[in-house]
Amino acid sequence: MYLYDELDRTIVTERVADFRDQVGRRISGALTEEEFKPLRLMNGVYLQLHAYMLRIAIPYGTLSSPKLRMLAHVGRRYDRNYGHFTTRQNIQFNWIKLEDLPDATADLASVGLHGMQTSGNCVRNITTDQWAGVAPDEIEDPRIWAELLRQHCTMHPEFSFLPRKFKIGVTAAAHDRVAVKIHDIGLRLHRNGAGEVGFEVLVGGGLGRTPFIAKSIRPFLPKRDILSYVEAILRTYNQFARRDNLWKARIKILVHDLGAEAFAREVEAEWQHIKDGPLALDSAVVAEIASRFRYPDYARLEDNPPELARLRKADRRFDTWVGNAVANHKVPGYAVVTLSLKPEGGPPGDATSDQMDAIADLADHYSFGEIRVGHEQNLVFPHVAQRDLAELWHALDHIGVATPNVGLVSDIIACPGLDYCSLANTRAIPVAQELTRRFRDLDLARELGRLHINISGCINACGHHHIGHIGILGVEKNGEEFFQITLGGRADEKAELGALLGPAVPYGKVADVVEEVVAAYLELRERPNEKFVETVKRVGVQPFKERVYATH
Amino acid sequence: MTSPLEQKLKITGPVVVTANRLRDGAVVYRMPDGRWSPRLEDATVVNTSPAATALLAAAIADDISAVGAYAAPVRIGADGRPEPGNLRERIRHTGPTVVPAIAGGT
Repeated sequence: MYLYDELDRTIVTERVADFRDQVGRRISGALTEEEFKPLRLMNGVYLQLHAYMLRIAIPYGTLSSPKLRMLAHVGRRYDRNYGHFTTRQNIQFNWIKLEDLPDATADLASVGLHGMQTSGNCVRNITTDQWAGVAPDEIEDPRIWAELLRQHCTMHPEFSFLPRKFKIGVTAAAHDRVAVKIHDIGLRLHRNGAGEVGFEVLVGGGLGRTPFIAKSIRPFLPKRDILSYVEAILRTYNQFARRDNLWKARIKILVHDLGAEAFAREVEAEWQHIKDGPLALDSAVVAEIASRFRYPDYARLEDNPPELARLRKADRRFDTWVGNAVANHKVPGYAVVTLSLKPEGGPPGDATSDQMDAIADLADHYSFGEIRVGHEQNLVFPHVAQRDLAELWHALDHIGVATPNVGLVSDIIACPGLDYCSLANTRAIPVAQELTRRFRDLDLARELGRLHINISGCINACGHHHIGHIGILGVEKNGEEFFQITLGGRADEKAELGALLGPAVPYGKVADVVEEVVAAYLELRERPNEKFVETVKRVGVQPFKERVYATH
Repeated sequence: MTSPLEQKLKITGPVVVTANRLRDGAVVYRMPDGRWSPRLEDATVVNTSPAATALLAAAIADDISAVGAYAAPVRIGADGRPEPGNLRERIRHTGPTVVPAIAGGT
């Protein structure tokens, strides 16, 4: 947990007062919509199909139980009793009224939550690993660096009007759970040959209309230089990127057009001017930030208590859930537990206010009051004693967040799509809902192994379709919903964009096609533990294409 | 960029003018008397480009009641009432097609 200071609280409180005044002036007519729109966007307020939408940042995906209770309250009091966790460690409320927004944002501010920089052409919420601080494979807690960057980029005057939005992700583990290679800047903490810890700096990743995997422009950057180097990248982007064309304004286009080497030279030249200035990090500053991340007072416990083994043997459902949703923790006797927000037939990433309240209570009881949010649209309890797992499972099962499908075929990422979003061309959630029904057989899901389906309702790719093992992109053709299917994408350290399977298929055929693809995989894989993406990599899309289009 | 007020609308069938109500974002339709209604059946239906352009211009000028006005296609039902002319407008009119208990949709 991070303890925000008086400056953070002042910034958020003052912003609420400003926004209250702006909303009042808009409703009175003193501000036109043209004048008001950029002001509401700076506070994460969009106008969608049916209502306003409020997007709230969850920095580095870390929530305390009081914060989660406040989100439940906002859902209950100002919205329709639910919220939607997004693919960027944010939560969105879909039905909020403009006239209620000042009170809603004031309530959120009372626990340090806000929507600042969740929209607009600025540095957005900086994301990290939802297992940060507890993952056995991490070098150090990446949230320290995300927080430093958050502080530096919050209301930074030079970077408040960038050519386009700007997303930064930080990972510190061998296995990338952040998808840093699809970020504008991806930072990967690692140890060099000399044993020092620093950053690999990747730039120009992104999805949308023109997807790119980020390119590495610096294999090793000392930690002291992280702020100045990121500043140099942002300055280079701000100076050279295209502002004349919305579709060509992201840094990925600039890096592609210039070439990664030429872009890196520009960054290095800029960096030389500032690297030894005020942005060079003093170790005391880093230590101060690190000291504000509080870790639980863990008990001394043994790993794999015999009682857990006995309970797993006695109850197959519990055993299945432990095998799926529980991961190793760096502290003996503890575990990391993923709460699936992907129940059969449910909209991916949605949680009701009652669920959020119950999860907050359970976090107090079983996870030192801490909850995490991951980009796969699930929640995490980061500090659960292994001896408590059975009790916790019963409670999570009771509120519908213990479906043992984490990382499996029905753990689908989906954007809000045309059911909510004013940019969408097609629906995404009902496609996901149908797929979760088709793949309700969890024995089959386990047999399939790790298989990520990602669905976007338009080319903007909020559902990350390009990097889904199976990607589904909605396109409109003559007023009808069609879907392009891609295979072989992946979001991790081996990130890759999926390859197109063939012509788009109509709405009613998508689930059939996915079932055919899955059936083809079962026939094509060389061995039971050859993962779906490995099979696609080995054989290409052609054998899948032949099977799917022979039958449809 | 040309202002929406100066653009000539090209329409191929009956349209209404729709927007989101300023105070709460609710979907509303422009009525013959210049006010807005949440009910599609109250909407003014026009069939020609000049009529649609005029209706839209008046709607856009009314910046304090509703936001983001545009002309949306409708079909005229057997009972003579307008119905949403495409999926997007159907979802705006009727609500999300996802689980009703959660989204308050259909």
